[in-house]
Amino acid sequence: MSETEVTREGQRGIRPGSQATPGSSVGRRWGRRRRAEQPVVPPAEFTSYYGKPVINAPVWAAPDIPGYLFLGGLAGASSLLGAGAQLTGRPSLARTAKAGALGGGCLSVAALIHDLGRPARFLNMMRVFKVSSPMSVGSWLLGGYVPVAGVAAVSALTGKLRRTGAAATAGAALLGPAVAAYTAVLISDTAVPAWHDGYPEMPFVFAGSAATAAAGLGLAAAPPGEIAPARNLALFGAGLELAASHLMTRRIGMVAEPYHSGRGGMYMKAGEALTALGAACALAARRSRAAGALSGAALLAASAATRWGIFHAGLASANDPKYTVVPQRERLRRRAVLTQRVPPKGGRADLGAAMPDVTGPGRPGTAGRT
Amino acid sequence: MTSLVDLLTGDGDPASLAGYADHPPRMGFFTDTSVCIGCKACEVACKEWNHVPEDGLNLTGMSYDNSAGLGADTWRHVAFIEQKPAGDAGDVRWLMSSDVCKHCTHAACLDVCPTGALFRTEFGTVVVQEDVCNGCGYCIPACPYGVIDQRKEDGRAWKCTMCYDRLGTGMEPACAKACPTDSIQFGPLDELRERAAGRLAQLHESGVAGARLYGEDPHDGVGGDGAFFLLLDEPEVYGLPPDPVVTTRDLPAMWRQAGIAAATLAAGAIAAFAAARGR
Repeated sequence: MSETEVTREGQRGIRPGSQATPGSSVGRRWGRRRRAEQPVVPPAEFTSYYGKPVINAPVWAAPDIPGYLFLGGLAGASSLLGAGAQLTGRPSLARTAKAGALGGGCLSVAALIHDLGRPARFLNMMRVFKVSSPMSVGSWLLGGYVPVAGVAAVSALTGKLRRTGAAATAGAALLGPAVAAYTAVLISDTAVPAWHDGYPEMPFVFAGSAATAAAGLGLAAAPPGEIAPARNLALFGAGLELAASHLMTRRIGMVAEPYHSGRGGMYMKAGEALTALGAACALAARRSRAAGALSGAALLAASAATRWGIFHAGLASANDPKYTVVPQRERLRRRAVLTQRVPPKGGRADLGAAMPDVTGPGRPGTAGRT
Repeated sequence: MTSLVDLLTGDGDPASLAGYADHPPRMGFFTDTSVCIGCKACEVACKEWNHVPEDGLNLTGMSYDNSAGLGADTWRHVAFIEQKPAGDAGDVRWLMSSDVCKHCTHAACLDVCPTGALFRTEFGTVVVQEDVCNGCGYCIPACPYGVIDQRKEDGRAWKCTMCYDRLGTGMEPACAKACPTDSIQFGPLDELRERAAGRLAQLHESGVAGARLYGEDPHDGVGGDGAFFLLLDEPEVYGLPPDPVVTTRDLPAMWRQAGIAAATLAAGAIAAFAAARGR
């Protein structure tokens, strides 16, 4: 077909016309023709290809993946609560927390497998161990954590194998914080703007959210005499989560928009309100069992709402080319200023002068049909 | 053994970084969009050779582009952009460009794949092993270009292989073979970069000021693309990111932050019990 023969050793022959100058056949050159008239084009906010997203949005689905983020956090922080409760002689809180850790761990693994395109190939996750893949690290982490949390829970619920149970409790408490925090890396290690840009604070949001979830479970299910640590953990988690997410959304600028608007914003607002409600009720939980139950339910719902909010904000930021293009343009502009260079020939400024009045689907503000 | 940081951000040949001791030169595509005529022969040839299923019979209203973008069932995608001078009838400027997987030097899809289904070939390209992929979907949002995607009815992730099977027997990829104007050029990457620099200089001399190379710089955010382009307008006009960065470049910092957060959580729990002492 082609007159050029390309082999692995290189190209032989050149097809006539492959070195043509665009526009030369009609005697007009886009680059030069309009240079005389130079109306200043207002700086384009952003350009896109028919408004199509630049990146492909995650195919991960709700409730599997946000549910997984929530349950993983609940499990991980519950293991800490369970170990502490056992050490300080609060058997009822310990049982609740350990059962929560096992339940959360098992359900989160089930959610992960359910979300796979090929669930029967789940074990392929164990083919390799890759530090460069947070999902690989997470699979191995969960593979170690869930059985250990299981032994701790079964021992606590049956009262058997006490020594093994104590060792498993300690093991689960060591792995728990990692299980709770690594999911932040999992979502941040993508090209999804609202997730990636938030990577410095995201693990703290997740750690705080995990603490509120585990504390919520303890507050809801343990007797009032044993819930003091859960109440303290709830206050700690609520503070950490609210502070970290506030810092994150303030730092990342326009990319934070999906955290404030649309579905993501709705869930995030619900999460904040429920966190505040749960924390307030937690203060009254030692006097009233009803306040404890309400506080626990609110905190669990708050943690879930936050995860759903982060999930949907990520999807929204992936589906709008604005969040990919504008920050990257800004980065290029800043780099050009830093290196004290004028934009390279053929850059935006040059082109704007050359083609002042071009409109069409590829131009600013007209993305879409013509 | 290459260190994680080297593997994620290091300079050099990707096949060597991946551990091939002896390997052929890195092969790539140079897509010169200034001579693309929008015939879509590349799309068709790719589908035929690789048995890529139908990607929908839709009329999108986006000029002559009815395949809309790269995805699981579209491994070459020809973009059509009609630029009209305002108030000036006729004289539309056509931009046509055949997009493809960039086969990045630092490929996020490959880095994050938890099963090892995505691998680096001896040619420096990035290929999915369909018998290993379990459809976890991690590669899809990891790609800064929106290339790889999930085939819904099959669950697995698919993308351009740069015709790995053809390369192995010394043939050029189907799209390059079918391209009637040599807009798609295939060859050793070093040679393509030289050829592209010459072509760019030629166009600038002819007054095509908007011409620029995209993805050829080994020091860009992905360490340079194995498939790079000559564009006549800003990358985002063609649906390409203006300054893509491989997400795993920040991964060491992410793990560090997660470690601190995990320690904070543990400390918070200890404090919660300490503050509850005697109550």
